[in-house]
Amino acid sequence: MNRDDFPILNSGVIYFDNGATTFKPKCVVEAVKAYYEDYTANAHRGDYDNSLRVDKMYEEVRNKVRNLINAEKDEEIVYTKGTTESINMVVFGYLAKKLKKGDEVLLSKSEHASNVLPWIILQEKIGIVIKYIPLREDFSLNDDLIEDMINEKTKVISLAHVTNVIGDVRNLQKIGDICKKHNLLFIVDAAQSIGHLKVDVQECNVSFLAFSAHKMLGPTGIGVLYGKYDLLKEMDPLTYGGGMNAFFEADCSYELKDVPWKFEAGTQNIAGVIGMGRAIDYILEIGFDKIHQHEMKLKNLAIQELKKIPNIKIYNEKTESGIVTFNIDKVFSQDTAVFLNRFKIAVRSGNHCAKILKDEIGITNTCRASFYLYNTEEEVMALVAALKRQDEVYDHII
Amino acid sequence: MDMDEKMKRDIILEHYQSPFHKGIDVEENYIKVNSRNASCVDNINVAALIEDGIIIDARFEGDACAICTSATSVMIKTLIGKTLPEAEEIITNFENMINEKDYDSSKLGELNVYDTVYRQPNRKTCALLPFRAMRDIISRKND
Repeated sequence: MNRDDFPILNSGVIYFDNGATTFKPKCVVEAVKAYYEDYTANAHRGDYDNSLRVDKMYEEVRNKVRNLINAEKDEEIVYTKGTTESINMVVFGYLAKKLKKGDEVLLSKSEHASNVLPWIILQEKIGIVIKYIPLREDFSLNDDLIEDMINEKTKVISLAHVTNVIGDVRNLQKIGDICKKHNLLFIVDAAQSIGHLKVDVQECNVSFLAFSAHKMLGPTGIGVLYGKYDLLKEMDPLTYGGGMNAFFEADCSYELKDVPWKFEAGTQNIAGVIGMGRAIDYILEIGFDKIHQHEMKLKNLAIQELKKIPNIKIYNEKTESGIVTFNIDKVFSQDTAVFLNRFKIAVRSGNHCAKILKDEIGITNTCRASFYLYNTEEEVMALVAALKRQDEVYDHII
Repeated sequence: MDMDEKMKRDIILEHYQSPFHKGIDVEENYIKVNSRNASCVDNINVAALIEDGIIIDARFEGDACAICTSATSVMIKTLIGKTLPEAEEIITNFENMINEKDYDSSKLGELNVYDTVYRQPNRKTCALLPFRAMRDIISRKND
C-alpha cells in the first residue's frame, strides 16, 4: 500500500529489512528538507520568527508522541538519539543509583544487545543479578513463568515488545499487571513495535519505553524515551551542557531545567524531531490495524509458500508480527542473503544483535525478512521464487 | 595464475564443502586464536603448531560463510610447511590482493582463486578473517 509515497521503491529493490530500518515517505523527507531550506533556527533560543516556529514544532511533536503511546503528559516524552540511548539513559541515569548489589533484573535471551549489554555493565559496576525469563518451544516468551521468578530482590522487568529475530509479540498488558502487583519497574523496548502496533503505556503500566523514529518511517538519529513523570524527575541526565540548565555560577552552584529538558543537552536533532512528527502523522493516517493486517497477510503468504520449498527451515511460523526468520538447510545465512541480493531482495543475515538467542535456538545465525506497509504479495512471491533456485546459490555468490 | 571463473568457483566450493584440516583436537603446544567478524558472525578458531620457525601444522573450526570457510581451508593448506617469513609474505600479498593494492600473484598459488573478491566489498572481511588469525598466531610466536 501507499507505494507511490516511497520514491526509493522505483529502483526496483525488494526491501525486506524493515526490522533494521524503514524507508521514508516523501512527506517525511519534505518536512526535514523544509526545516533546513525554509526555517532553520535553534530551539529554545531566539525571539525571532523562525526560532519561535521551530520551538512550536519541536514541542508539538512531543504532544504527537504522547498521543501515539498514550502518555499522561507531554513532559514524559524525552527526545534521544534512539532506542539504544534511551535504554542506556534509564539504566545508567536512574537504575545505577536505585538498584543495589543483589537486586534482580528479569530479561529474556531474545533481547536485542541494547537491552542486554547495559545490564551486563551494570552487573559489573554494582553487582545486580540478571535473570532470563524462559522461552517456550517456539522461542516466544513464556510469560506464565514470570511470577515464579519474582522474589523480594526482583526490581525490574525489561523486555522488547516485539523481538527482532523471532518477532514474538509480548503481552504488555499481562506483564504490566504483574509488575504492578509486585511493584516492579517495567521497561519496554518498543523499537520493533512502534511503527507496527498500538502501544498504550498507561494501560500497560509501563515505567519506561524506548523507541527509534527510523524504524517507523522517520529519520535516523532521533528517538524517544518515555518515562513516568515521577520517575523522570528522579532520573539523572547522562549529558550536561547548554539547553538543560536553569543556571550555574562560578561558585559551582547550579540548577537543571525541569523534565524533559534536563535530558536534552546541546542542540538537539531538530530536523529529526520534525521528521519524526510527520512520520507519526503518516502512520496514524493509515492506522495500526490496517498496517498490522497487511503485514500478517504477507507473513502468512510467505510461510505458506516457503513451507512448500524443500530445505527451508522457518524458525517463527506462528508469531504475530511481519517477521519471517529462516535458513536454507546447510547454507550459511550470509551466503543466502548475498544470493538474494542478486535478485534485488534485501534481507538481513546474522545474529541480528541478539547474540545470546543462539543458546536457545541452537544456531548462531539466520536470515530475516521483515515486512512493512509498502511491501507486496508480488514481492513475497519473488522471494519464494528466488529461494526455489537454492541450488544456484554458489553459482551466484562465488 | 590464470584461471577461468568456473575453475575458481569449483576450487572455492570444494574447500567450502570439504574443508582441509577442519576440526581442532590438538595438543597444548599449538597456538590457538579466535577470529570473528562482528557484523556477520563468521566465527573461526585457528590453531597452529610452529617449531623452529616453520608452520608444522594448522587446523581450524567454526561457523562461517562459504568465502570465509574456504579461504581458511586454502590458507592452511598453503601455509603448512612454510617458514614464518614466507608465511608473512604470503599473508601480506593476499591482504594486498583483497584490498586492491599491488601484490605478487606468484606467491599465492591456489589463494589466487580469491582475486575477484574485492568486487564484493562485504565479502572482503570474510576472506581476510583467517589471515588475521594467522597473523595473530605468528605475532604471538614472535613475542
